[in-house]
Amino acid sequence: MFERACVIVALFLGAPAAPAAGFVMRDDLDRSVALAQYPQRIVTLLPSLTETICALGACGRLVATDRYSDWPPQVRALPKAGGIDDAEVELIVSVRPDLVLISRSQRITGRLTDLGLVSFALNTDSYPEIAHTVTVIGDILGLPERAKRLNESIGEAVHAISARAIARRHGHVPTVYFEVDGPPYAAGPSSYIGELLGLLGARNIVGADLGPFPSLNPEYVVRHDPDVIFVSPSEVAHVADRPGWDRIRAIREHRVCSFTPAVRDTVVRPGPRVAEGMQAIADCLAQVAP
Amino acid sequence: MSTLRHAVADLGAGRFEYTASRRLGTWLLCCVGVTVLLTAISLLIGTTSIEDSLKWLLSPDAQSSVVLWQIRLPRTVGAWFAGALLGLAGAVAQGVFRNPLAEPYLLGTASGAALGVTICLMAADASVGGLALTGQIGVTGAACIGACAATLLTVTLSRGVLQTASLLLSGIVTAFLLSAVTSLLLLTKPEVWREMQTFLLGTTSFISWSSALLLGIVLCICIVPAVLLSRGLDALTLGEDTAQSLGLSLPWLRLTLLGVVALATSTSVGQVGIVGFVGLVAPHLVRETLSVNHRQLLIAAPLCGGALLQAADLVSRWIIRPAELPVGAVTACVGGSYLVFLLWRRSRDG
Repeated sequence: MFERACVIVALFLGAPAAPAAGFVMRDDLDRSVALAQYPQRIVTLLPSLTETICALGACGRLVATDRYSDWPPQVRALPKAGGIDDAEVELIVSVRPDLVLISRSQRITGRLTDLGLVSFALNTDSYPEIAHTVTVIGDILGLPERAKRLNESIGEAVHAISARAIARRHGHVPTVYFEVDGPPYAAGPSSYIGELLGLLGARNIVGADLGPFPSLNPEYVVRHDPDVIFVSPSEVAHVADRPGWDRIRAIREHRVCSFTPAVRDTVVRPGPRVAEGMQAIADCLAQVAP
Repeated sequence: MSTLRHAVADLGAGRFEYTASRRLGTWLLCCVGVTVLLTAISLLIGTTSIEDSLKWLLSPDAQSSVVLWQIRLPRTVGAWFAGALLGLAGAVAQGVFRNPLAEPYLLGTASGAALGVTICLMAADASVGGLALTGQIGVTGAACIGACAATLLTVTLSRGVLQTASLLLSGIVTAFLLSAVTSLLLLTKPEVWREMQTFLLGTTSFISWSSALLLGIVLCICIVPAVLLSRGLDALTLGEDTAQSLGLSLPWLRLTLLGVVALATSTSVGQVGIVGFVGLVAPHLVRETLSVNHRQLLIAAPLCGGALLQAADLVSRWIIRPAELPVGAVTACVGGSYLVFLLWRRSRDG
């Protein structure tokens, strides 16, 4: 499904010790990034990248993260280098990183290069890209074996949750509407959340042709009358007040799910905690789905 | 001879007034006709094909009745009222400020409403207590409170409503200040950004009958004092000194009319978000096609604004159905193009 985007040039790929001649890897912006050694002072500018590094047991190499990185708890004490669109270059420079991990959509790359900092861009928008990110970061850190084991454990956990969820329903496929933001941005089948719903054997009422996060006409949801609706906690109390929505089966029969912010992070962040997020969705479906 | 000349002049003026009022009557009738037509079309436009919608109309079932009468119709009626409020607010603002570029959001109402909604969404996201509080106020209530607070701030900064320039400047300062605070808050909570975007670009998606009723009541409340004070606006066009020499109480007139602008704008923003250009363009469209005084303008501009937003709503739900465009993006495209056309025509005519 996906391909490793990196090309490792150096020797000693599997060894955690620094390679003698350094190594070059290709990032998701298709740039060749040269690293003199396995980085020891890393700045991450995306929560899923922070989580991946920590899941590989290299949390100690982080010297700063973006302000939204809050898991595992020990990263909360690290200096915060701004957000996705307003990264604080000055702070990044001040912590003297030997690598800055960013997402492909961040525009800070050029500025970091001008300042002589090494940055590496990764695309993490989908479920398959989680494994890709884990593998690449494992290679960058010199921990490919741990990355392999992490990918295996993620894959097994996801497979087990998926199999249990499908088996529990005895062939019934619930129709689902997942509102990522109101009003009403839906998670389409091509979004990360849509992929998780698909793995759980639920049928998304949003068509794949509408893109990952379409802004739907609310009557679309009324017409498709889903079995289960996912909304944000602030919308749970109001969702029945939307014009015509009190006639939707899921709302009439109180089959509306929402997640606390902490659980929601696991659901919306394509990272190593994918199984946790998937389990949260599966639990809700198990509780309320007909 | 002189008497005869006056008589002829009076006759000419009378004929002109008769022709003008006939043109206005025809124009208003056309506007009402367009509104009725758009309302009928709105029942056919949604996530289904027009043929399916026609079938629904002819033989409705439980679900189609909900879609037609609880979603599509209140939505289009509410869009009309919201557009009418913006058209009225725009016409009054242009009269009070004696500036054709004045618009309903000039007093900082849009920025205030945006800040109110941001705080509401952030509170809902932050804690259970915040969620309970915002559950009671709602996004609509937060927008209204923010808009009213911004208007008060503008009036306070300009130390009253007497100085036009000071009021304009205060409005701009308030708008910038509150926008900056909103941006800073959003930076710390990107989760609410997409929801805010919906509000900032305007949406008619969730207008219910109760929303439409509220918009309609506020339109009635606003249009009465505005029309009653229209002669004051006519006098203001001659200058503030002249208006005062005619016995007008300028502070009272301005305060009342700015109250109308604030109430109309905050209600509209609360229900449909920030919809740009309707309040600016509707009065211009009327003036471009008719020669009107303020009383006529204050009746025609709401009709025009209502039809404009109704049409924009139809476009927003039609183009990429079953998804939809933000209605404010549609009005901005159409309104912006119209203003460019006006500028081009003026530069061509010298």
